[in-house]
Amino acid sequence: MQKITEKHLAEKAKDLLSQGKVSAVLGWRRGEFDYDVTPALFTDADEIENGLVYNCFCGANLSKYLVSKIRAVEGRMLVFLKPCDTYSINQLFTEHRVDREKVYIVGIPCNGMADITKIRNAVGEGITGVSGDECLRVETLYSDEPAELCLADVMSERCVNCKSKKHVAYDELLGDEGEVLDSHRFDEVERIERMSPDERFAFWQRELSRCIRCNACRDACPACTCEVCVFNNPASGVESKAPVNEFEEKMFHIIRAFHVAGRCTDCGECSRVCPQNIPLHLLNRKLIKDMNECYGEYQAGEAVGGVSPLTDYTAEDGEPGDLIRRRDTDA
Amino acid sequence: MTNYEETLIPKLGVITDVRIDTPDIKTFRVVTPEGKKAFDHKPGQCAMLSVPGVGEAMFSITSSPTNEEYMEFSIKKCGCVTDWLHSAEVGQQITIRGPYGKPFPVDSEFAGHNMLFIAGGVGLAPLRSVINYCRHYRHRYGKIDIVYGSRSSADLLDYKEIIEEWTRDVDVDVHLTVDNAEEGWSGHVGFVPNYVKELGFDTNRIAVLCGPPIMIKFTLDGLCSMGFEKQQVYTTLELRMKCGIGKCGRCNVGSKYVCKDGPVFRADELESLPDEY
Amino acid sequence: MRKCLYKDIHKIFARVAEKMPLYIPAKTGDEKAEYKKWSEGDELFEGLNTVKSPKDLFFPQSEDLVRFKTEGKNIEITDVREDKGPFAVFGVRACDAKSFEVLDRVFLTEPRDSYYASRRENATVVTLACSRPSETCFCKTFGIDAGEPGGDVSAWIAGDDIVFSANTEKGSAFLDIIGELTEECSCDAVDREKEKIAVIMERLPLSDLTTDGFGGGKTEDLFNRAEWAELSEACLGCGTCTFVCPTCQCYDIKDFKSGNGVVRYRCWDSCMYSEFTKMAHGNNRLTQKERFRQRFMHKLVYYPENNDGLYSCVGCGRCLKSCPVSMNIVKVMKKLGGKKND
Repeated sequence: MQKITEKHLAEKAKDLLSQGKVSAVLGWRRGEFDYDVTPALFTDADEIENGLVYNCFCGANLSKYLVSKIRAVEGRMLVFLKPCDTYSINQLFTEHRVDREKVYIVGIPCNGMADITKIRNAVGEGITGVSGDECLRVETLYSDEPAELCLADVMSERCVNCKSKKHVAYDELLGDEGEVLDSHRFDEVERIERMSPDERFAFWQRELSRCIRCNACRDACPACTCEVCVFNNPASGVESKAPVNEFEEKMFHIIRAFHVAGRCTDCGECSRVCPQNIPLHLLNRKLIKDMNECYGEYQAGEAVGGVSPLTDYTAEDGEPGDLIRRRDTDA
Repeated sequence: MTNYEETLIPKLGVITDVRIDTPDIKTFRVVTPEGKKAFDHKPGQCAMLSVPGVGEAMFSITSSPTNEEYMEFSIKKCGCVTDWLHSAEVGQQITIRGPYGKPFPVDSEFAGHNMLFIAGGVGLAPLRSVINYCRHYRHRYGKIDIVYGSRSSADLLDYKEIIEEWTRDVDVDVHLTVDNAEEGWSGHVGFVPNYVKELGFDTNRIAVLCGPPIMIKFTLDGLCSMGFEKQQVYTTLELRMKCGIGKCGRCNVGSKYVCKDGPVFRADELESLPDEY
Repeated sequence: MRKCLYKDIHKIFARVAEKMPLYIPAKTGDEKAEYKKWSEGDELFEGLNTVKSPKDLFFPQSEDLVRFKTEGKNIEITDVREDKGPFAVFGVRACDAKSFEVLDRVFLTEPRDSYYASRRENATVVTLACSRPSETCFCKTFGIDAGEPGGDVSAWIAGDDIVFSANTEKGSAFLDIIGELTEECSCDAVDREKEKIAVIMERLPLSDLTTDGFGGGKTEDLFNRAEWAELSEACLGCGTCTFVCPTCQCYDIKDFKSGNGVVRYRCWDSCMYSEFTKMAHGNNRLTQKERFRQRFMHKLVYYPENNDGLYSCVGCGRCLKSCPVSMNIVKVMKKLGGKKND
């Protein structure tokens, strides 16, 4: 299997730019450190040569950026998408938020993204360099010898339970195609379901009470693409920047989870960007799991078009109430 | 802690009179429940009025400081708070805090000078305070010219006061204009910036502008082409405000806070600000 | 100077907590930490910085300002301010201690903010020197010494000991409270620790970052620079940087209709939010580029212009660690610093 590195991405980008097939490239830009990469738009070969990066810190899902960036560009835009990102873009195509004709998708392989917080917890402060892929060499200010860490041990939570290494949308692929995985992504949801109502309430109380209402989860979410969010609209009457009370912050996240239900592809960006490490993706996963049980298996973004279980009706549809009763009886 | 004054805690005000000025502007007279003026102010300063549960907003105080009985606010209907106020009746209590902002330099830079006031639409509201102050202390100022225009004659604010008081003053010339010709209007027709040029003022005066941004821009350009220095021209800015005391950050432009360092700015001061107001 | 064994720090906490509420950076269960009121069993976070800064203790994310009751045409106004009495905060780093000075210049300038002022007067700030700064630290850029953390009491972890030194009267009173648990000591160990910190400060990857090109009077040089477009390109317009920042102090005032009248509260706001400057008839910052620029121009130019050259950044590095797209003030300073408008 050919190992795909940022060199391959840069070559591909420069190639397509020089052929005039695309007029801009959406990728990730190198930062101050190895881990602080930023989504960026490239339009010239030198910038790509010096700035484009692809490593285990390129977690940011670029699909969301297409919604706004594509308007600023004449012609087609190349976008590098990891397998899970391709589910998001399909969903955006389905919802007519991004014009398929304006995008040139290069699918790139992903071994899972690292979580810098986990690395920091393993090696401490003062990280001056991170290199490698499966095995990470981490240099720090406070140790002469670099620490060696297995990527698997410091992987983002969402990647530990990766649902698919398969690209569901692309114009071309770099590297070999992967497969849909038999993930254990609902295990944690099941663990929470088994809690007593009081325990479950306490769990979410503890998690959500840390929310600072920075809205990063919403702003990074590829399913949240309203031009003006209701929570940013002073005329809506619900615009708010700070938790008035605990009730409100719980409701914010629960309402948001319901709002993206049936459209959320489970990309996990909400949890990645949360400065307080709140496992917000579990709310979405709970709804995905319930929908699967009620209406049959469904993966948002698996294909373009079609209707989601929540916008469709069949005579076989289960009743959410039945689901709850069945679960209570099982317990 | 409660011993400290806290400006963010407002005082009570009562609306004692509501005057319908134009189809979308009403003038509200406000006093304390004891029937007094809520606080002293200087021309050009503002106050935060609020309706609990609806919100708080900054308004220029339209009445002159020389009025010692009450304050007046001419308010255009254009948002939550103003909508609510427009439905308020006499006797309604509201809250009030202030005064906020830097006033017009009526007792320093303006003193002894000829004055040219130029207003468009509801822009007359902040100028009415300074015009009436100058009229009250008439001997301290030279000739006073007032150019005021609106969309139509029905949209002219304080029309009765202008006709019955200002135009009768010696050495006060009022030049009214409306944007479009209309039946029954024998006055000037045309936009304010053009009218100012037509009137052709000499530069021996201080100009004070207030109105929509586009009017201010063109009038300022016009005055400059007529030979006015930027140091002779004053205007007011309006940005979103919450605290009124230069802390909440909302009305920050460059190193200035419009609520605290403005709303009155001299045109040359504006030039030094980044272009985002 | 007074010292005790670092492993006995919980005894110090317990003693202080008998006298007044004590706040410490404590683990929040997962890998992160936040300032919380100490109670038996809470452990001091050994890492460097909390996610949110301790500004929360003086300028809470949300607080009630005043209450109203309305009946017919009448309004009743209730002052809800109350003096909660003295409290102490332990473990404040040098950067955060400096941030209080930045906030003071906003909230204590006339007309002073009585809500903030009361908490500042009631607080005893015990700082802690940073033995192991992070690669994201750049307090040195703003003239801050991580080895001289300041506040009412400075503390250092030196060897097995924690050493305290009072800087103010409030600090002396604090040392009196913990007097029996500590013993007098020389400053030798602290001096050695300070030297160690000074060496590390020089080795930090951002130690060469300077404020060249920024400061009061630089508006014209910086405002129209083309680089703002690229710098702000990835900005999501969320409020993470603002809310984790120890010096950001913009706020909103809003009314909340409860079943029992109206509460007027204030809450943190962010200049990064699209509606921050939105008025009934327009918005003077329509694009994210303009909003992004405002945040950094304010910290690096406007604030120092109004405050004798003091910058509104203390180099704590929180935004470097929290921004979802890893865009931050260091990248802005490196891109724009030291160059002229061309």
